[in-house]
Amino acid sequence: MTFQEVWNQLFILPADQVVWWAEIVRSVLRLLIALLGGLGSVPILVWLERRLLGWFQGRLGPNRVGPQGLFQPLADALKLMMKEDIIPTNVDRTIYVLAPAVALAPVIMSLTVLPWNGSREWGAVAPNIDVGILFLLAVASIEVYGTILAGWSSNNKYSLLGGLRASSQVISYELGMGLSVLAVMLIAGTLGTQNLVMGYDLSQPHSLLPGTHLTNGQAWIDVVAVGNTGYTGYQHNIASGIWDWHFLRLFPFGLIATGIYMISMLAETNRAPFDLPEAETELVAGFHTEYSSFKFAMFFMGEYANMLIVSAICITLFFGGWLGPWGLLSQLPAETGLYITPGFADFINNCVIAPFWLFGKLYALIVFFIWVRATFPRLRYDMLMKFGWKGLLPVALANLVLIAISLAIQEVARPSLGYAGAWWAGQIVAWAIAAAIAGILFYLKYTQYTAQKKAALTTDLVVAPIRRPSVVVPTPSAPAPEG
Amino acid sequence: MSDFWDDVRQIASEVVAPFKGLGTIGAKVIEKKTTVQYPEYRRPMGVRARWRHVLNRYDNGMEKCIGCSLCAGACPANAILVVASENTDRARYSPGERFAVRYEINMLRCIYCGFCQESCPTGAIQLKDTFELAENNRKALIYTKEMLLVPDPNRERVG
Repeated sequence: MTFQEVWNQLFILPADQVVWWAEIVRSVLRLLIALLGGLGSVPILVWLERRLLGWFQGRLGPNRVGPQGLFQPLADALKLMMKEDIIPTNVDRTIYVLAPAVALAPVIMSLTVLPWNGSREWGAVAPNIDVGILFLLAVASIEVYGTILAGWSSNNKYSLLGGLRASSQVISYELGMGLSVLAVMLIAGTLGTQNLVMGYDLSQPHSLLPGTHLTNGQAWIDVVAVGNTGYTGYQHNIASGIWDWHFLRLFPFGLIATGIYMISMLAETNRAPFDLPEAETELVAGFHTEYSSFKFAMFFMGEYANMLIVSAICITLFFGGWLGPWGLLSQLPAETGLYITPGFADFINNCVIAPFWLFGKLYALIVFFIWVRATFPRLRYDMLMKFGWKGLLPVALANLVLIAISLAIQEVARPSLGYAGAWWAGQIVAWAIAAAIAGILFYLKYTQYTAQKKAALTTDLVVAPIRRPSVVVPTPSAPAPEG
Repeated sequence: MSDFWDDVRQIASEVVAPFKGLGTIGAKVIEKKTTVQYPEYRRPMGVRARWRHVLNRYDNGMEKCIGCSLCAGACPANAILVVASENTDRARYSPGERFAVRYEINMLRCIYCGFCQESCPTGAIQLKDTFELAENNRKALIYTKEMLLVPDPNRERVG
């Protein structure tokens, strides 16, 4: 087997044509890329957080270790590893040791389905998985077990309170989050993460003829020939762009789903203003009070990696993943004539342009995270529950139903009205229903107020007798006799 | 019981409030930072700052300290040790009868209250504004008389 054949097996051929050992090597390489991108970003996030928090608070932030303080997280990590690893006497040892791993493992697991480009072979650790979003939801819910187990096993009141708060928090926001994710699934009609971003189920990469134009109302994709190789590539054309991303689709329902997801992703990562499980002012350090050294570092790493993961999920779901804000910016335009070999075009598209947009969006979102942390004070325990159950859940539910209605009408009307006409038909009905619900709620509240006002004006004011405790006024006693 | 539209306005302002807050905090990024980059730049110390002690001299080079131990008595932290001795005509250190042979301050115990300065009848001991006092061993923080005494203005520095 020549070098060229090995190279083709490893990097060029489509996934269904490679031999088993090449598939294994490819999987390991993809895993390494994901770990590098996911856990490798943690030090950068820590630095970014500390620096930006400093700026938001009128300070400079760490700027001494390395250029602009970039090596500060390394110094922190080194310090943490040098510390003594204390296991307190009365902890539940097995669970205590296991908890940091339980907190970190799901974060790494959810890396497997997050796509970083559109390639069917290299786009994610498991690029072709059909149930990507379902997998993400399932795995993300395990993460809170690390917190709960840590709080329980520490045999410490503060830790236990932190763990309890984490568990009550998770049930109050995950419903809203699940429903907002469900809304995106409805819009996109797919569960695969790559399909969700592309808007197409392009499972066979080179099956379509060059010159084909694909459109489904979400993405407009041209199939272009790659040189004379017989392979084809995909190009998002001039008509697709930021308006095809899910947060702007079915306006304003996509936007509402985005808002709900973004609020609950703050809660999912236990960050301010939802950092109740580790509320420093109330619970010492919450669930990780008893943890030190590398176990603490694992919690810390898990928290920051999780922040990256939920941001990446948010981008995948709502902000167009690796795509650029305008169709032509998402890949090398075929008009430039640079689609000479499949390797070159794919390399530029998937390893340069796609990561550029992906990481740009990712870090913009993370800056927003830090901005929110610097701005809002911590919510009270019952306020979070009330917000989750009485705020997010009804809104998400109504939003989901309206999206479903709009999509159903669009589905029915599409043959007769076309994409744009069907869109307007569905949306107008959904808007009308939304306006009707808002109007009814408003009217009910208004009548309630007026009734109260009327009652207050017509009934006599009953003044309850004010009972004051009888105050014994001490009489000034005679001055003590001198001498 | 309040007016309906007042409550509507209230709710609207509460919805807008978080975004206003984000704007306020975001504007902080471009503002001038209040941090002073310490080792390179320092803020001026207050004129009455109470930090490291010094033992003063008269203009003619005589030590002001007369070994009376009032500072040691006034010290609430018991940080000062004074061992006094008689001045002789051959070896005269201070204008009075006695002078301090040993004068030690344990800076680990000192609470910088300034009582020693207040109790000193001759104004010998004074707290000045040198504040970088960190050491990595305890012994180095017991300041001896040689360390505390200001240099003699009349004696030529040799070498």
